[in-house]
Amino acid sequence: MEHARVPGVTSMQDALRAAGAQAGHIGDLWNGTLALCTFVFVAIVVATIIAVWCAPRADAATRPDTSSLDGPEHRIWCRIGWATGTSVAGLLVLLAGDVFTSRALARLPLRDAVNIELVGHQWWWEARYLDADASREFTTANELTIPVGRPVIVTLRADDVIHSLWVPNLGGKKDLIPGRTATLQLRADRAGTYRGQCAEFCGLEHALMALLVHAVPTSDYEAWAANQRGNARDPADAAARRGRDVFLGASCAKCHAVAGTPAQGRMGPDLTHLASRRTIAAGIFPNNRGHLAGWIADPQALKPGVNMPANTLPPDDLQALLTYLETLR
Amino acid sequence: MTVSDPRHDTTERLTPRAEPAAATALERTWRDPPGVYGWFAAINHKTISIRFIVTTMLFFLAGGVLALLIRLQLAQPNAGIIGPDMYNQIFTMHGSTMMFLFAVPIMQAVAAYLIPLMVGARTLAFPRLNAYAYWIFTMGGIMLYAAFFVNAGPDAGWFAYVPLSGPQYSPGKRVDFWAQMITFTELSGLMEAIVIITTILKLRAPGMSLNRMRLYVWAMLVTSFMVLFALPAVMLASTALITDRLVDTQFYNPDKGGDALLWQHLFWFFGHPEVYLIFIPPLGFISSIVAAFARRPVVGYPAMILALVTTAFLAFGLWVHHMFATNLPDLGKTFFTAASLIIAVPTAVQIFCWIATLGSGRIHFKTPLLFVLAFFFILVMGGLTGLMLASVSLDTQLHDSFFVVAHLHYVLMGGAVFPLFGAFYFWFPKFTGRMLGERLGRWNFWLFFIGFNVTFFPMHLLGLWGMPRRVYTYPAEMGWGDMNLVASIGAAMIGLSVLLFLVNVARSLRAGRVAGPDPWGAGTLEWSVASPPPMGNFEVIPVVHGRYPLWQPQLEPTHVEGMSNDWREVLVTTVADAEPDHRLSMPSPSIWPFLSALATTVLFIGSIFTPWAVVWAAAPVAVTATLWFWPRRAIVRERVRSEVRP
Repeated sequence: MEHARVPGVTSMQDALRAAGAQAGHIGDLWNGTLALCTFVFVAIVVATIIAVWCAPRADAATRPDTSSLDGPEHRIWCRIGWATGTSVAGLLVLLAGDVFTSRALARLPLRDAVNIELVGHQWWWEARYLDADASREFTTANELTIPVGRPVIVTLRADDVIHSLWVPNLGGKKDLIPGRTATLQLRADRAGTYRGQCAEFCGLEHALMALLVHAVPTSDYEAWAANQRGNARDPADAAARRGRDVFLGASCAKCHAVAGTPAQGRMGPDLTHLASRRTIAAGIFPNNRGHLAGWIADPQALKPGVNMPANTLPPDDLQALLTYLETLR
Repeated sequence: MTVSDPRHDTTERLTPRAEPAAATALERTWRDPPGVYGWFAAINHKTISIRFIVTTMLFFLAGGVLALLIRLQLAQPNAGIIGPDMYNQIFTMHGSTMMFLFAVPIMQAVAAYLIPLMVGARTLAFPRLNAYAYWIFTMGGIMLYAAFFVNAGPDAGWFAYVPLSGPQYSPGKRVDFWAQMITFTELSGLMEAIVIITTILKLRAPGMSLNRMRLYVWAMLVTSFMVLFALPAVMLASTALITDRLVDTQFYNPDKGGDALLWQHLFWFFGHPEVYLIFIPPLGFISSIVAAFARRPVVGYPAMILALVTTAFLAFGLWVHHMFATNLPDLGKTFFTAASLIIAVPTAVQIFCWIATLGSGRIHFKTPLLFVLAFFFILVMGGLTGLMLASVSLDTQLHDSFFVVAHLHYVLMGGAVFPLFGAFYFWFPKFTGRMLGERLGRWNFWLFFIGFNVTFFPMHLLGLWGMPRRVYTYPAEMGWGDMNLVASIGAAMIGLSVLLFLVNVARSLRAGRVAGPDPWGAGTLEWSVASPPPMGNFEVIPVVHGRYPLWQPQLEPTHVEGMSNDWREVLVTTVADAEPDHRLSMPSPSIWPFLSALATTVLFIGSIFTPWAVVWAAAPVAVTATLWFWPRRAIVRERVRSEVRP
C-alpha cells in the first residue's frame, strides 16, 4: 500500500536539523565528535598507506628479518606508551564532551512545563495531557501538540511490549518499558511539525508506528488544549446522528472512547477529537474520508497486523459513520 | 638471499621427518575409520574442523541470501515484495544465523584445525568432545532452518527482547525454536572453548613456553576464556525464556514480579563480549598474515598480548552501552561510556604495531594482505563510529537507527569477515594443498571492498536522517529511498564477490597450483608439515626454540624421541614453560559422540513442545554418553602393553 503524503510536515526525522534545545546540544556534540574522529581516521589511513608504500617489495623467498627476535625491541615501551597516551587523551576529550552534553541535557529549565503521559501500544501512541486539576486532563492519540519555547515533560509507559519514542529533530530517544516509567524532556524552539517513530522493535507493525509532534505558538496551544478538553459535540444533522448510532451500535465502542457518549473503550485510540488530527493509523495516512473508510472496512490492507478488526458495514451505515467521525473536531 | 644458509633453505629448515615405515604407521594410527561408519565416527580434528568450516560457511551463505532479501525489500519505499511477517522472520534469521551459526562457530572451527598444527600437537584435547560439539551445532542449525522453512522461523529479532518474545506477545513455537537453538549451539561453543583452552595449555610442543606462543594462539586462548564467561549468560537467559514460555515461570513478566530489563542485562552481558569473541580471533589472523607478508616478526609482541588480554577484560564492562535508552541512572551510564571508550586503546595499540611492522618490513603483496589492509580501513571506521555510540547523548539519537546497522557491519564485517577471507587465502594451501587463484582473489577482494562500502556507508546517513532499524518498509516522503537503493546495489556487489570466492575455491580444489608445505615462506610451525598435513600432523613432535621456528636456527634437540606410532599418544607439557610432563593415550574414533548428539537433539526438540521431553529424552542421552565413555577391553589391554613396552 502506497503511503500518501502527510501534508504540512516540517521535517521528516532528521537528527542533524535540530528544532529544539535537546537536539541542539546533541548536534553540537556530534559536530565535535565527527571532527575528531575524522582526523583520527585520516591519520591512521595515511599512516598505513605510507607504511605500505614506502616499504620495499619482497616475495616468499625473501629472507625474513628476524633481528627483532635477538633482543628486546628498541624503545618499544616508550613508543607504545606514546601511542596509548595519545589515544587516551583523545578519548578523554570525547568523554568530557559527553559528560558536559549530558549535564546540559539534564538541566533543561522545567518551569512552566507541559506534562504529557505517553503510553506505547502495539502499534499506536496514547497521549494523556496531565494537569494538577484532574478535570482539565484529556486524552488524544498519535499526535502531540506542544507549545514552542516551553519545556515538555513526557512520562513514558508501555502497555504491552517495549517501544521507544524518537523525534530526532527534538531530541534523543527513550524506551517505553512495561513495568517501568521514564521521562523525556523536550523543548521545541521553532514552530513546525516534526515526525517521530517508534525505534525499538515492537512486533509486526513496528515499521508503521509513527507520531507527529506539532510545535505551535503558546496561544494556539492553549486554544487547541481548550478544545481537546471538551466533550464531543452532539451531532447536528440527521446523517451524523445516524452515524453516532452506528458507532455505538457496532463494535467500535468496545475499543474506542468518545467523551460525552457511552463509548468508553480503551483498547484503541480515543476518538473524541479524531477529526482534529492530521493522520490516522499512527501517523501513516492522511486523515480524510477515503482513508477512514478504507481503514474501517479493512485495516489489515492498510497496516497488516494491526489489532483493529475489519468491519463490514452496509454502505449507508459506513457513510453515516464517516460523517459522524468528521464532526469529531 | 643466500641459499646456503640453512635457516632459509625451504627444504632443510623443516622439522626432521620420520622413517617411511614409521610415517605409514602413524598415518594408519591417526586416520579415521573408512566407510559410512567412519564418517560418523570420525574424530580427527582436521576432518571435524573442515566439516565445521564448510557447515558454518553454508550458514554464512544462507544468512547472506537473507541479507540480500532484506536489501531487496528496502531498496525502494513502500515495496511489497516481503510482508512484515516474513520480513521479521528474515531479519531475525539473518542476525541469528550470522551471530550464532557463523561468526563465533567459524572462528572456533578454524582454530580447531590450526591450533594443534600451530602448537605442535597431534590432535586436539578431547577429540570426541570436539566431534560431539560439531554434531550438536549442526543439528541445532538445521533445526532452526527447518523451523524457518515450515513458517516457524523466529520473528522477535536476534536479540529477542521480552516481553515481545514472551508467551503473551509471541504465541506459537517460533521463539521456542529460537531459544532452544541458542542454548544448543552455545553449548557447542562452550565445549569448543574447553577443547581449545586445554589443547593450548597442555598439548604444546616442548619448548613452546607461553612467551613463544604465536599471537593467533594467544588470541584463541583469550577468546576461549571469554566464551566460558559470556555464553552461560545467554544460555541462562534463553533457558529462563523457554521456561517462561513452556512452564509458566515469570522471570520476565513485570505483572508478576519479573523484569523485562533482566533479559537485556543478561543478553548484552553475553552480547557485547560476543562482538569481541568474533573480533579477537581475526586479530590473530592479522598478526599471522602481517608477519608472513612483511617478512618480519610483528612489532611489540608483549604489548600485543597485553592488548588482547585487556580487550577481553574490558569487553565484559561495557554491555550497558546497548541500553542507554532504557533510563538507567546517569552516573552508571558515564561509567559505561568511559569503559566503552577505553576499549579503543588496546585495539589502537595493535593497529599501531601492525602499521609499524608493515612499515619496517619488506612487503610481499598478495591477496591475504589486501584483506588485512581493508581491515585497517573498515575496522578503524567502525571503531570510531563505536566511540560515537559510546557517548550517552549521541547514542540516544543514533541507537536503534540505521547508523547502528552501519556501525555493527563495519565492526563485524571489517573486524571479522575481511580478516577471515584473508585467512582463507592464507591457509587454504595448508588445508587443501593447493593455492587459491590470485587473479580471482583480487577481483573477489575489490568487489567485496567496494561493495561493502557502497552498502554500509549510506546507512550512516540514513540513521542520521532518522531511519530506524528493523523496519520492513518506509513511506516515500521520508526521503530514504535513494540511499537505500545505493545500499542494495552494494549488497548485490558483495553477493557477486562471495560467488567469485566460491568459484575460486571450486577451481582451486580441482586445478589450483600445488602449494608445497610453505608457499608464503612463513615462519611458524604449521608450515613445517606437508599440505594438507598428514593425519597425525607431525611425523615427529618438534622441539621449539623460538617464536618463529622456521625462521630461526634449529638448536638441539630438534624433536621428541620415543613417541608411539602405533598408538594415539600425545605428549602433555607444563602450562607455562611447556616442559615435557607425561605421555597420554588419546581416545580412538567412536560413533557414540554422534549418537549422543542425536539423543541430545531429540531432547532439545522435544522440550520445545513439552517439558516432559527433558525427563524422557534424558535416558537415551545418558545411555549414549555412558557408552561413549565405556572403556573397551582391547584398548585397555593395548594401553597396558604400550606402557610396559621398553
